[in-house]
Amino acid sequence: MASIIEIDGLTKIYPSGFTALKGVDLHIEEGEIFALLGPNGAGKTTMISIICGIARASGGRVTVAGHDIVRDYRGARSAIGLVPQELSTDQFERVIDTVSLSRGLFGKPRNDAHIEKVLRDLSLWDKRHAKILELSGGMKRRVMIAKALSHEPRVLFLDEPTAGVDVELRRDMWKLIGELRQTGVTIILTTHYIEEAEEMADRVGVINKGELMLVEDKTALMKKLGKKTLTVVLADPIGAVPPDLAEWNVTLGADGHEIEYIFDTQADRTGVSSLLRKLGDLGIGYKDLNTRQSSLEDIFVSLVHQEKAA
Amino acid sequence: MSLQNFRAIASIYKFELHRFRRTWLTGLLVPVITTSLYFVVFGGAIGSRMTEVEGIPYAAFIVPGLIMMAMFTESIFNASFGIYMPKFTGTIYELLSAPISATETVIAYVGAAATKSLIVGIIIFLTAHLFVDVPVAHPLAMAGFMLLIAVSFCLFGFILGVWAQSFEQLQVIPLLLIMPMTFLGGAFYSVHMLAEPWRTITLFNPIVYLISGFRWTFFGKGDVGIEFSLIFVAGMLAVCIGVIGWMFRTGYRLKK
Repeated sequence: MASIIEIDGLTKIYPSGFTALKGVDLHIEEGEIFALLGPNGAGKTTMISIICGIARASGGRVTVAGHDIVRDYRGARSAIGLVPQELSTDQFERVIDTVSLSRGLFGKPRNDAHIEKVLRDLSLWDKRHAKILELSGGMKRRVMIAKALSHEPRVLFLDEPTAGVDVELRRDMWKLIGELRQTGVTIILTTHYIEEAEEMADRVGVINKGELMLVEDKTALMKKLGKKTLTVVLADPIGAVPPDLAEWNVTLGADGHEIEYIFDTQADRTGVSSLLRKLGDLGIGYKDLNTRQSSLEDIFVSLVHQEKAA
Repeated sequence: MSLQNFRAIASIYKFELHRFRRTWLTGLLVPVITTSLYFVVFGGAIGSRMTEVEGIPYAAFIVPGLIMMAMFTESIFNASFGIYMPKFTGTIYELLSAPISATETVIAYVGAAATKSLIVGIIIFLTAHLFVDVPVAHPLAMAGFMLLIAVSFCLFGFILGVWAQSFEQLQVIPLLLIMPMTFLGGAFYSVHMLAEPWRTITLFNPIVYLISGFRWTFFGKGDVGIEFSLIFVAGMLAVCIGVIGWMFRTGYRLKK
């Protein structure tokens, strides 16, 4: 089956000469949650803007649900719900009016039951007659999500859904996205927060300077690039790393109270047991051990750094 | 031309009229008060000392000009604001990402603004009746002319709203160009009352033809022939439609 979104050779050069996208290829499968990670100015928002019809591509082609975004823009756009990064709302309008307008804009017949369901799911039902300017920032973002969901899209774009949102609301948002996935909606989200991608995404794409550097299954990515750090808490502090431990390339931490050893979980021999044996042989006592999996954030930072070094 | 999404047209039209309803008091009371003031000043105080203009009492003579003046302002203001505000607040993202064509967008926004402008025109017409007897020689032509003017100036306002990048730019054309042109376009006098060379110079002002045409529908005569007036209205419509077509084709100030 064809992918719900097919992006081939997408480029964007702004009139200023700035190249925001350098030939991006990406396929998104129906029903998945795809997280697009990247630093500021990487091209995340530009890419979403082109797919949704807000910006024009300089080259390449995109189809959404089989519809070309230029030739058959009606078909493509009908399938998309967009929640942009900026909080842009009709301040003086009531919640229910602005959400109903969105449904009409997308050519869908009036359906009060659906609007009610969307508003209830987003805890906006009690506020439906409130003017948007009376709502808090978090509530306004919910209104924008309600607008995007009002026309029953197959694909939902969330551009930095939790930027500037407090921790509690972020949790709520994650829960909501989880629920949306149950209904079969494909979700593409961009984020700075790696933990967000780690928490929710099925697949992760890393974009930097207009190039898609990597697209991978999240668990595979974590496994592949995943390193673990073993921390050995010593019984008595030592002044320097004994020369006998040079083979493991350990570092001393916490004023000589800890030894840290980084190992590859995929290697045949991780070196953990031999290190511990060696410590025993050397008579270095330890009272605790712990290991830590590197997060997407570590992976991301190392990827972006590699790029900079190259 | 691409017309399919009638629900979108209806939704925008309804939403925009709703926006007007929110401010109906100022929206409708202001034209009534302004018109009344013009009648007190021009019709009562000054008009009583003036003779008839081409056989028409002065107070009645200025009615078509007053209606036109208000409709020019209303049309430009409403249509330019209607599209400028979404640009300003950022809500335009939704319009751009919706399955709606350029033609549908323009019909919805211009239709809503023209509706309000027509309502204002009719209110002024009715208010004028409280002060003077205003004969209407060609009622159908009058209604048609009002409609054409409302649509043309709303299209013009739409262009202005897309073009403007600040509130100042939004104001500058109506205040510095349209308003003086209207005052000098024979809203309160007949071009024949001017001495040469002003009479000839005035004929370069397109507003003269619009006001004259509208006056013709009331009194059966204008400063210039009705056919010239119709040519000017048609020309303005064509130019505005052409410019809007170009704006959407190139994405001018709408799409990045």
